[in-house]
Amino acid sequence: MPIQRNAGADTLALHAGQTPDPLHHSRATPIHFTTSYVFESSDHAAALFNQARAGHVYSRISNPTNAVLEERIAALDGGVGAIACASGQAALMLAITTLMGSGGHIVASRSLYGGSHNLLAYTLPRFGIETTFVAPRDKGAWRAAIRPETRLLFGEAIGNPGLEVLDVPGIAEIAHEARVPLLVDATLLTPALQCPLDLGADLVMHSATKFLGGHGVAVGGLLVDGGAFDWEAAGGRFPTLTEAYEGFHGMDFAEESPIAAFLLRARREGLRDFGACLSPMNAFQILQGIETLGLRMERHVANARALVRHLSEHPLVEAVSWPELDSHPDHALAARLLPKGCGGVFSFSLKGGRKAGCAFIEALRLVSHLANVGDAKSLAIHPASTTHFRMSPEALLAAGIGEGTIRLSVGLENATDLIADLDRGLQAAHKATA
Amino acid sequence: MNLNLSDDTCYCYTGGRPLQPGRPTAVFIHGAGHDHSVWTLQTRYFASHGWNVIAPDLPGHGRSAGPALESIEALADWILALLARLGCEQAMLVGHSMGSLIALEAAARAPDRITRLALVGSVFPMPVAPPLLEATLSARERAHGMINQWSYAPQSQLGASSVPGVNLTALNQRLMQRQAPGVLHRDMSACNAYAAGFESAAKVRCPTLLLSADLDRMTPPKALGPLVQALGNAAQVHRVVLSGAGHAMMAEAPGAVLDALWNFAGAQPSS
Repeated sequence: MPIQRNAGADTLALHAGQTPDPLHHSRATPIHFTTSYVFESSDHAAALFNQARAGHVYSRISNPTNAVLEERIAALDGGVGAIACASGQAALMLAITTLMGSGGHIVASRSLYGGSHNLLAYTLPRFGIETTFVAPRDKGAWRAAIRPETRLLFGEAIGNPGLEVLDVPGIAEIAHEARVPLLVDATLLTPALQCPLDLGADLVMHSATKFLGGHGVAVGGLLVDGGAFDWEAAGGRFPTLTEAYEGFHGMDFAEESPIAAFLLRARREGLRDFGACLSPMNAFQILQGIETLGLRMERHVANARALVRHLSEHPLVEAVSWPELDSHPDHALAARLLPKGCGGVFSFSLKGGRKAGCAFIEALRLVSHLANVGDAKSLAIHPASTTHFRMSPEALLAAGIGEGTIRLSVGLENATDLIADLDRGLQAAHKATA
Repeated sequence: MNLNLSDDTCYCYTGGRPLQPGRPTAVFIHGAGHDHSVWTLQTRYFASHGWNVIAPDLPGHGRSAGPALESIEALADWILALLARLGCEQAMLVGHSMGSLIALEAAARAPDRITRLALVGSVFPMPVAPPLLEATLSARERAHGMINQWSYAPQSQLGASSVPGVNLTALNQRLMQRQAPGVLHRDMSACNAYAAGFESAAKVRCPTLLLSADLDRMTPPKALGPLVQALGNAAQVHRVVLSGAGHAMMAEAPGAVLDALWNFAGAQPSS
């Protein structure tokens, strides 16, 4: 059952988590650039350490500016709380290490951001955590991949690079049948377009570096807990949450808070020990971005629609992949789960293959050629010559990438200017392959 | 800590410390649709400062088995039975909202066993608005929404929690959802039906604290007058009104609630 919001999304984006500070009455969220906090007395200090009083001790574990960001994203996503991390990768790592140790197993969508794939496929096995990758649309594969030691199902709300729409309610049902949680990476959508917790997911993560910040100046990650998963009813699968932890006062986190056990452990162990905390400056910058999230995402979607329309009709374009198009395999699912739009990232394939792709990219003037998404400025990349350049044509095809595929992250510029820039690139691609 | 009581398993949180002989005991009683976790911060402080803490999940709530009990009187008897089961001859009782009525009734029924009484977010009578009572029966989610709307101060509705990164109203909604169907309705009905408050208040002998919050719309401090008058036989009656918090004051102003309880308990910090 979704969390009831106390205000509309645009209001929460501006106000949630912050009230003017009582000392100076600052309207904007102050940047608390401090590593640590003065104790009122030795008793106050002891109570903070014992979690008998609320407050801040050390900025690796919590910080007032970060706390505003955490509450704001929790309010927007419909979670009971959140933890700000140094990056989206740190948020993913925090989720995994809070839920499992060596011997744990993850079932993940095959269509993941490359960084997430690297972590799951190559790095975590070194620490005894294995992942089985499945095609995101194949529910039978999700179900079949679950083992007794599975502790997490993980997918992206919109997959990379194929833009597969994750059937969050369907995958959540499979996860819950197995009494494991579903974590969704909602980076490409943000709560302005989809709140996976409302659809049945248990945890949500964002690379706040992307659309949440929107300005491309601050790296950060957010991990949000929906608070609905019953860790104690999971048959002993989550001892990190349901058994006494000698590393923190012998605390049994689910006993302490049946609802916020995950957040407690993640903060009291994960942030404390692994230390991937967010700088309060970055938290402030991401908060500035979130203030206009609703407006920006509307514009990202509107511009993406205009560009998709233009490219779909262009004779030099072989295909456009975007879930809003009838031709996309997830069109019906997108209409159901993403009624406000499918975001600002899509891909298209040029006639002329790799050569055309390179020529197109090099001719662009307004759209920046770089490996990122979710900036206010439009960005493009040609995977076959950059992120996936080691792959053979066959391997590229298996990954859903053509040699002439371009991934576009549509920014907030005027659509007519963007179309003119794309036409410039298309003309160059045509010349290069004529 | 789990123990058997009236043929059912009963769970009591002890503030992260085991009970020890010779220590004073404080019992923290949660309100309608809640469990022990609403008292986490305050109980950890008491438990780490020389007190035995017992924060039970009432029958049918949280980790405690059995059906939810139907009346405040039955719940008061259950608390007294719990104390007896633990071999606790005397205790301070702290109750929030419905828990405050249970504490009041228990103090009246066993005046020699209750050393201090702290009524947090309390009022008598405690009528439940008919639309809310009806919603607890037929539309739980709507009831949870009403409770959140009326229990948290406007400032708390938008956040700024003193516990970093926690969305207080969402946490409360999930806690209420976690309780079995029918529990909230039974609790609210018990509050609504409780009629003995004035008579029971007159039987209270121990020092009593009425801890309120100025933005509480569920049990507004201005409605406390008749209960204060009825407590005329209590050794002392203390009133504390917190500023800027609502009915969910343990979550909204956990430090101020702790300070008020600790001062009332008359205890000095000890490790």
